[in-house]
Amino acid sequence: MKLSKAFSRSLWAFHFNSGSCNGCDIEVVATLTPRYDPERFGVKLVGSPKHADVLVVTGPVTHKMAPRLKRVYEQMADPKVVMVVGSCGSSGGVFYDSYNLDGPVDEVIPVDVYVPGCPPRPEGVIYGVVQAIAKLERLESEQ
Amino acid sequence: MSEDGKKKASYNVPIGPIHPALKEPCLFNFKMNGEVVEEADFAPGQAHRAIEWMGMRRNPVQIVHLTDRICGICGVSHTLTFARCVEQIAEIEVPERGHYVRTIIAEYERIQSHLLWAGVAAHELGFDTLFHLCWRIREESMDVIEYLTGNRVNYAIIQVGGVRRDFTEDQFPRIEKSLKYYEDLVGKMLKLFLEDKTISLRSKDCGVLSYDDALQLCCVGPTTRASGVNMDVRQDAPYAAYGDIDVTAVLPDVYGGGINGDVYDRIVVRLFEVVQSVGIIRQCLDQMPVGEVLWEKKYPKILAACKKAVGEASASVEAPRGECFHYVRMNGKPEPEAWKVKASTYSNQLAWLKMVTGEQLADLPIIVASIDPCMSCTDRVAVVRNGKRDVLTKEELHRLSVEKTRRLMQ
Repeated sequence: MKLSKAFSRSLWAFHFNSGSCNGCDIEVVATLTPRYDPERFGVKLVGSPKHADVLVVTGPVTHKMAPRLKRVYEQMADPKVVMVVGSCGSSGGVFYDSYNLDGPVDEVIPVDVYVPGCPPRPEGVIYGVVQAIAKLERLESEQ
Repeated sequence: MSEDGKKKASYNVPIGPIHPALKEPCLFNFKMNGEVVEEADFAPGQAHRAIEWMGMRRNPVQIVHLTDRICGICGVSHTLTFARCVEQIAEIEVPERGHYVRTIIAEYERIQSHLLWAGVAAHELGFDTLFHLCWRIREESMDVIEYLTGNRVNYAIIQVGGVRRDFTEDQFPRIEKSLKYYEDLVGKMLKLFLEDKTISLRSKDCGVLSYDDALQLCCVGPTTRASGVNMDVRQDAPYAAYGDIDVTAVLPDVYGGGINGDVYDRIVVRLFEVVQSVGIIRQCLDQMPVGEVLWEKKYPKILAACKKAVGEASASVEAPRGECFHYVRMNGKPEPEAWKVKASTYSNQLAWLKMVTGEQLADLPIIVASIDPCMSCTDRVAVVRNGKRDVLTKEELHRLSVEKTRRLMQ
């Protein structure tokens, strides 16, 4: 991974809650606050998918949120990377047999990075971001 | 009224369901007249995961871990309430020490949840420095929770019949260290939140919920206490070890400012509850009896007792957001015949409609956040509603909020 190119344009993430229990969402925010502080490296949350390089999806994708997830994904500019945070978004997890789910996330939109855990630790989320940067670099070099 | 005397047409501002300020999906629709909210409506149900339905297909020992995932912030409250229901039906007696462990972890949960909320509230007002400070302070409680239970979130410590892990004497110094850490910080936090000019300007007389409205809408937790209703499950119907401990409901006049039921009062109540929680944990550590923490060490025996149980029970727990209520009916089978969850936000969310009416658009983020909403707890049944919607982005709303702060400061 050659860091220099990606860091010349810092990585911005858009956070999408698709019906999560909040556990992953607060760990995502905990990742962004002073203890871990990835903003040192230009990693931060943005308010609009149009500004984002990475879509961070939490939750198992309920029926109601599935069309919105697709819409948000389509609004993002290429190259883009989708990162799923949490077991329920990766596989259904503890909600595997629910009647109200369209997920896991990779059945709704293409996913590049999975961060397992219920919820994953902030270190895990940061590791996922590093993987996302590597993928983004590869996508950019292909363009 | 416009200059030519014609009444301005009102217009709708939909917010959500994807809106990072909310942290969770919920759709709001505000009917606006100029900058002022005339009418408000909201459609929850986006986070409905059919947890009760899944629960009725699993046994109680499995369900306690499902209840953890009702809400990632107040997991212990749901787990504790469910376990109390099943214990009543199966006539399982929790050992005394188990009650104390439950109380300590429930109070740590309150500390981290209120600090989390305080940070979000500061962020909604455009005070991001304070947001980051609150979350840094919160990490101390997360560290202790991880040290005691093994997990940062979804602690999975409560089991039907007690708790899965005991706290040992050599862990007490670490707990004591964190209590001291919070006691030293209290003065600073109170000064930052309650004496800050910006926060006072934005939160006083904003989103007022009167005493009568709070009673009529059956609000719970800090939301109702901020309106002067003296209600706290820990005080009114003690559970776990709260019967042995000195707990009284925190009302906003504790800070000497009277009771107004505004956003400022909700900040006061939550900050002083953090102080109260530190006191409760200390009392628990002092009084903690020795003995077992779980009714039966072998889980199959717990499960066997649950399978034989016939009856129904309900239980309430004071979660960080207010009363959390569960109802369970067992019928001699491993799976419960019925399970109903009523989370605190379910009771509190109707108060939004009273709070936002007549307020400005720029005040909406802090008013919506002021009840500490938790949609993942609340969305028990999906509400079907049709309608066209357009999304007002978080950035626009946040910009409005920050601009209002700047205007007030000039």
